Amino acid sequence: MSQHAVRPTPASPTPPDGHLLEVRDLHVEFRTGEGVAKVINGVSYHLDPGETLAVLGESGSGKSVTAQAIMGILDTPPAHISSGEIRYSGQDLLSLAEEQRRQIRGRDIAMIFQDALSALNPVFPVGWQIGETLRQRLGMSRADARRRSVELMDLVQIPGAASRLGDYPHQFSGGMRQRVMIAMALAMEPKVLIADEPTTALDVTVQAQIMDLLADLRRDLNMAMILITHDLGVVADVADRIAVMYAGRIVEHADVRSLYRAPAHPYTKGLLNSIPRLDQRGGKLSTIRGLPPNLMRIPSGCPFHPRCPYVQQVCVDVVPHDLILGDGRTSACHFAQEVRDDRAG
Amino acid sequence: MTAPASPTTVRGETLLDVNHVVKHFPITQGVVFKKKTGAVKAVDGVSFQLRRGETLGIVGESGCGKSTLARLLMRLEKPTAGRATLAGRDLFAASGGELRRIRRNMQMVMQDPYTSLNPRMTVGDIIGEPFEIHPEASPKGSRQRRIQELLDVVGLNPEHINRYPHQFSGGQRQRIGIARALALRPEVIVCDEPVSALDVSIQAQVINLLEELQDELGLSYIFIAHDLSVVRHISDRIAVMYLGRIVEIGTEDEIYDRATHPYTQALLSAAPVPDPDAREHRSIIRLRGDVPSPADPPSGCHFRTRCWKAQDICATQDPQAVLRAADPHPSACHFAELRPGG
Repeated sequence: MSQHAVRPTPASPTPPDGHLLEVRDLHVEFRTGEGVAKVINGVSYHLDPGETLAVLGESGSGKSVTAQAIMGILDTPPAHISSGEIRYSGQDLLSLAEEQRRQIRGRDIAMIFQDALSALNPVFPVGWQIGETLRQRLGMSRADARRRSVELMDLVQIPGAASRLGDYPHQFSGGMRQRVMIAMALAMEPKVLIADEPTTALDVTVQAQIMDLLADLRRDLNMAMILITHDLGVVADVADRIAVMYAGRIVEHADVRSLYRAPAHPYTKGLLNSIPRLDQRGGKLSTIRGLPPNLMRIPSGCPFHPRCPYVQQVCVDVVPHDLILGDGRTSACHFAQEVRDDRAG
Repeated sequence: MTAPASPTTVRGETLLDVNHVVKHFPITQGVVFKKKTGAVKAVDGVSFQLRRGETLGIVGESGCGKSTLARLLMRLEKPTAGRATLAGRDLFAASGGELRRIRRNMQMVMQDPYTSLNPRMTVGDIIGEPFEIHPEASPKGSRQRRIQELLDVVGLNPEHINRYPHQFSGGQRQRIGIARALALRPEVIVCDEPVSALDVSIQAQVINLLEELQDELGLSYIFIAHDLSVVRHISDRIAVMYLGRIVEIGTEDEIYDRATHPYTQALLSAAPVPDPDAREHRSIIRLRGDVPSPADPPSGCHFRTRCWKAQDICATQDPQAVLRAADPHPSACHFAELRPGG
């Protein structure tokens, strides 16, 4: 692997080389009329073939912006990538020309979005939309593209695929539309699939169907998946590793089991405690006090300190680095070990 | 402080009584000579009671009619058939002054705190607007004080009375919506997905607020949501809806631990549990296909097209939500039984 890295890379859970996809110390800001919003402040994560990484965070945490930076679909302006690297198979995507990125987008890394109705074009039949990639990128004939589209629709389990090729997006239910979008994403057999809140707009029984489908496809096609979500239940069901984001940073990174068993960042702990449980009836829910920060005025030191029950003076003064906790776990908290071992909180 | 909107009644008695309420939206064809060609059966014979001080959760997936039901109860839609009484007053027959008095007693919190507040009105005007319609609820001179009191009750700074909605976050806006619903001191509040637009950490704050207000003011809630965990947390009793009907109704334990309707069982099994160790032990019931169109629901039991227990009788006979021998609570299934193994 070449030595392009000039900046020192922050602590990473595993050795930096040899990952399928790697984001290193990414910084993104949005330059607006009202000021500069620091949306991503040094995000690093990696993805290996065949694994599922969940990126969890609330609105404004930067989880989708990171994904859009990987895909190269950020709106610039207002977005501006101020520093960092995004490496796919060792190649820095940010140093590539747009035409070269286009080759990778869709073919190697594909993405599905939350709202399938607005992500699909309402005036073209779905068969045409699935086939578009095949005709444009692979130079397939119309007939071949049609045939392959039916195969893809079968793959995502759309009943009566051949007869639905000519239907328009509005003629499909929410779950079926999401399947159409997955079929489009799979057209080029990508190595990495980024799923941005793929089931948030769907009902719970349909959500279970789509998450099953994604898990099966990921296994059968040996894809790696980045699952962006705010739903702690969905993460627990499907993810191998999890990165928790807050105010444009990854505050905790761990394998799913250890994180749910003993969260090592006060924010993660607060989130896990504040969700009502289906299998438990509860009294008062514990809450995280206050509000997420305004990204134009991120608090000094640890960005979570105004809301944190463990806060000390050092949290106000010093930005915490990723503390390595072993087993590939990191936590950006000055008191990570204490928080992890404090089972009461 | 003004007197409560209606005479106080004994805790635990039935406050709202809903009987076989039906709402069909006509499907028409033609522009000038509209011809009715069918009907979307949004709510198709729903009955339940709400007792004083209790929370009735209503769960169901999109299109099951839960929001239409809320709009019917608020008299924002006219029912096709059915009866409902609120504290003994006929809800659907009322008009004029009588309707105004009923409405004072039942208020609503909407789902989307971004679109349910007028961006051109100050918070004080938004919360005080109910007093314009019901001037008897608060004398003009003391309104400002009452509004500030309401802001304080929902955990907002009373000094922010002259701010506009855009100056507040999503969770704070939902608090404004709750303050507006409380303004007339109603006994019943219909909450239509009040926390589904909020982030997890904010959602808990609003749920806690609703529970505190219930304890302090003795409110009754109809709590409509699609998030099963939230509904379990807040509800005393729960009604599960599917395609315009209540398929099962019971106490929180009866529905979540001893569900007997196949749809309820499938719905509960599909909800993700935030515990990776539960991954292997969960047995998800996978339903086939999608919810059928309410314009053309299946004959007999509405759920039979997706049900693994369906027999011939399910297509011909509509199962009533009644107590059966094997049944601890009403469940609208010919083959209602506990799920084997939990």
